Amino acid sequence: MAKLMEIEVNGKRYAVNYPPDTPLLHVLRDELGLTGTKYGCGEGQCGACTVLLGGAPRRSCQIPVSAVAAKPITTIEGLEKEGKLHPVQQAFLDAGAFQCAYCTSGMVMSSVGLLQTNANPKQEEIVQFLQGNICRCGTYPRIIEAVKHAAKLMQGSAR
Amino acid sequence: MKTIQGKFVAEPERFEFSAAPMHQFELQRRDFFKILGAGIAVFVVAKEALAAQETAPGSPSFHNEEPPREISSWLHVGEDGTVTGFTGKAEMGQNIRTSISQTIADELRVPFESVRLVMADTTLTPFDAGTFGSRTTPTMTPQFRRVAEAARNLLIGVAAKEWNVAPEGLVAADAKVADPSSNRSLTYGELARGKSLAQNLPAEDPVTPATEWKVAGKPLPKVEGRAFVTGSHQYTSDIRLKGMLYGKVLRPPSFGATLTSYDDSAAKAMSGVTVVRGGDFVGVAAPSAHEAQKAIDSIRTQWKEMPQVSSKEIFSYLIKNAEPTSNERFRHEEGSAEQGLSSAAHRLDATYNVAYIAHAPLEPRAAVAQWADGKLTVWTGTQRPFANRDELASIFHIPESSVRVIVPDTGAAYGGKHTSDAAIEAARLAHTAGKPVKVVWTREEEFTWAYFRPAGVIEVKSGVAADGRLTAWEFHNYHSGMSGIETPYDVANQLTQYHQVPLVLRSGSYRGLAATANHFARETHMDALARLVKMDQLEFRMKNLSDARMRAVLEAATKSFGWPRKKTQEGQGFGLACGFEKGSYVATCAELAVDRSSGNARVVRVAEAFECGAIVNPDGLRNQVVGAIIQGLGGALFEAIEFENGRIKNPHFATYRVPRFRDVPEIEAILLDRKDIPSAGAGETPIMAIAPAAGNAFFDATGTRLNDLPLVSNGLRAA
Repeated sequence: MAKLMEIEVNGKRYAVNYPPDTPLLHVLRDELGLTGTKYGCGEGQCGACTVLLGGAPRRSCQIPVSAVAAKPITTIEGLEKEGKLHPVQQAFLDAGAFQCAYCTSGMVMSSVGLLQTNANPKQEEIVQFLQGNICRCGTYPRIIEAVKHAAKLMQGSAR
Repeated sequence: MKTIQGKFVAEPERFEFSAAPMHQFELQRRDFFKILGAGIAVFVVAKEALAAQETAPGSPSFHNEEPPREISSWLHVGEDGTVTGFTGKAEMGQNIRTSISQTIADELRVPFESVRLVMADTTLTPFDAGTFGSRTTPTMTPQFRRVAEAARNLLIGVAAKEWNVAPEGLVAADAKVADPSSNRSLTYGELARGKSLAQNLPAEDPVTPATEWKVAGKPLPKVEGRAFVTGSHQYTSDIRLKGMLYGKVLRPPSFGATLTSYDDSAAKAMSGVTVVRGGDFVGVAAPSAHEAQKAIDSIRTQWKEMPQVSSKEIFSYLIKNAEPTSNERFRHEEGSAEQGLSSAAHRLDATYNVAYIAHAPLEPRAAVAQWADGKLTVWTGTQRPFANRDELASIFHIPESSVRVIVPDTGAAYGGKHTSDAAIEAARLAHTAGKPVKVVWTREEEFTWAYFRPAGVIEVKSGVAADGRLTAWEFHNYHSGMSGIETPYDVANQLTQYHQVPLVLRSGSYRGLAATANHFARETHMDALARLVKMDQLEFRMKNLSDARMRAVLEAATKSFGWPRKKTQEGQGFGLACGFEKGSYVATCAELAVDRSSGNARVVRVAEAFECGAIVNPDGLRNQVVGAIIQGLGGALFEAIEFENGRIKNPHFATYRVPRFRDVPEIEAILLDRKDIPSAGAGETPIMAIAPAAGNAFFDATGTRLNDLPLVSNGLRAA
């Protein structure tokens, strides 16, 4: 049965009426129109649906909407501030770290999550952290470059 | 054991099939200015466009026919100076939106940023057979150069008339026509104002040579890259229309299963749910995805299934079931392979097996369908929008002009999105529901109900003289296909044959098609032959190669890699492979590390040289080459579809392993820019040499020869 719940996404609060076990991914995409978060497998295996939940990267296809009421959610649409791209978005753009770009939202969100806890990750740490994100086009080397570049951009702007 | 042949359409290599009918040029043109407003327009009628569509050898059904003429590219210069190119090709990550825009900007002499491209829309763009076969760059580059050049000359002509001077003295640059003698100039927008000038042109006009390119040839970034990093780009699966329903289709438990009992009363009782049943199609449309799922789950069914060939026995099945008429598909013979074999100093025969693999594009098949006044509009990620349109028209018994198929830039395809399945499903549901319907396949549906790169068996018999010269080459491919089947090596006595086998699983195009399988067999065999005659792998290949372009990529790759390498640690091995297909050349060196205690084999370093004529966008090309190497590692090392009695046993990313970050080796991509050679496509050929290079490196590391793809899951225990 559907249940009325309140969730906070990108700083805005929304009332949503869904069965509590509905994956957050579907609520974001079909109800709120935040289609930047992608469906890739529905099984938590590909990372295309990654969002930040309380700041930590999570697979939104694996989280029931009822479990997120207390925590703020950030999606890819919430990264850009006043027309300025988040440094990770800028770094992906600069590195051309995509082909079809369907994985890009998830890659960007996972990378933002990584850089929040590790401001200057080593190659092996990036590989380890992003291991759950699939890019079928094989742009992995450029994504690693983008994460390193983003770390520099973020350190530069923090100074 | 039975196959379900007849149930599926045979589609091993799609571009053997001839293309769709000639377009109605005049009708389209009349509408053209209505849609775009006044301006200057140019249409190209390219006689050779379709002839070039075909690369697979020996398809008599095609070669004996006169290829139809095709209108394949349009260009419009608007009153505000906006330049719009029109092409039926689709963008799926291969970056052609960017490279075609570069070509137009270059030839028209306008800034790159002023060019807009309308792609893959059956109402707005010219007919196109499909985006496959690495044909976009070799066909679209010259065509858009010709239309852009013609548009430029029209604009110069307008200016000459305006100023009453001879056009020969005028110069076009920076979106302006200037008269150096009088310092006058007019922008393209000013010249196009109030005009409705159109021109057709033949396809043989000269174009700017690559040595004089200014915008093309540069590493420009992906057009609209910002929309992708912000998540604002709308893929098909992101489209939401007013009142749109979500569709779900009932899938049988196994291939070929037939419905014996059916009860949809629970689904029909659900509020807002439409159930559609017709023939073997059962689907529902509901206000939300979860209601659609609930409705489909509530349908009670029983099925009759039948025993089918399983992955365990597939290779012997393929050999046993080759069709006797197969030699009509492809057979190439020179000299006498039999004599060459009997006179050889050394003989080597081997059999190679290649598993079924899946494309697994990250965006699954999706479509949104909308009916209005008997007309159907479908948004879908397909490589063949016009074929989709024709299929939809035929299924719903409406004229082709009543169907519009639009392809939003798509979340990849790799040859896997030729069919119209999702489009048909969405259109069917929308037709009955009376509202727009979106269908997005699940990952499991994508792994099960799409189609696969066909499995294959390849038998090679070979002979070599004492000095290392090939004397005989006999090559038989069963089922996997004809791409890359012919040897590039010089050998006087050869027999190459493709043996068709009825489909076991639904099979079709894949990046490079059978070129990976054929190169795996050939280049593995060449490695073994080199060892047999105790020659270095590079030296042995060079001894049997006269093709200068192939020699050049081999030299470039081995130079970058540092071939021959001395082993410095336990479990280390080096391998080499090369090949030619679809107008481009590749050579790949791989270093592999085997950890005998854990049983892990990992490719740690790759150097690949690639040459596809004049490079249009070096950054886009590098992205393609590196991406192809990484994607190719999956099929080389571990990707394989497992199936039994019509069921796919590993239809998930958890059980079908694809390359991830940890699998990525250090990669050097060496791009050879041949400005003297017309640009060829680059989406496929860079994928095909990594598998044999990795396999040869495995032998170098372990002394065990792996003749099957994927290498590791089939062969590692043997090491």
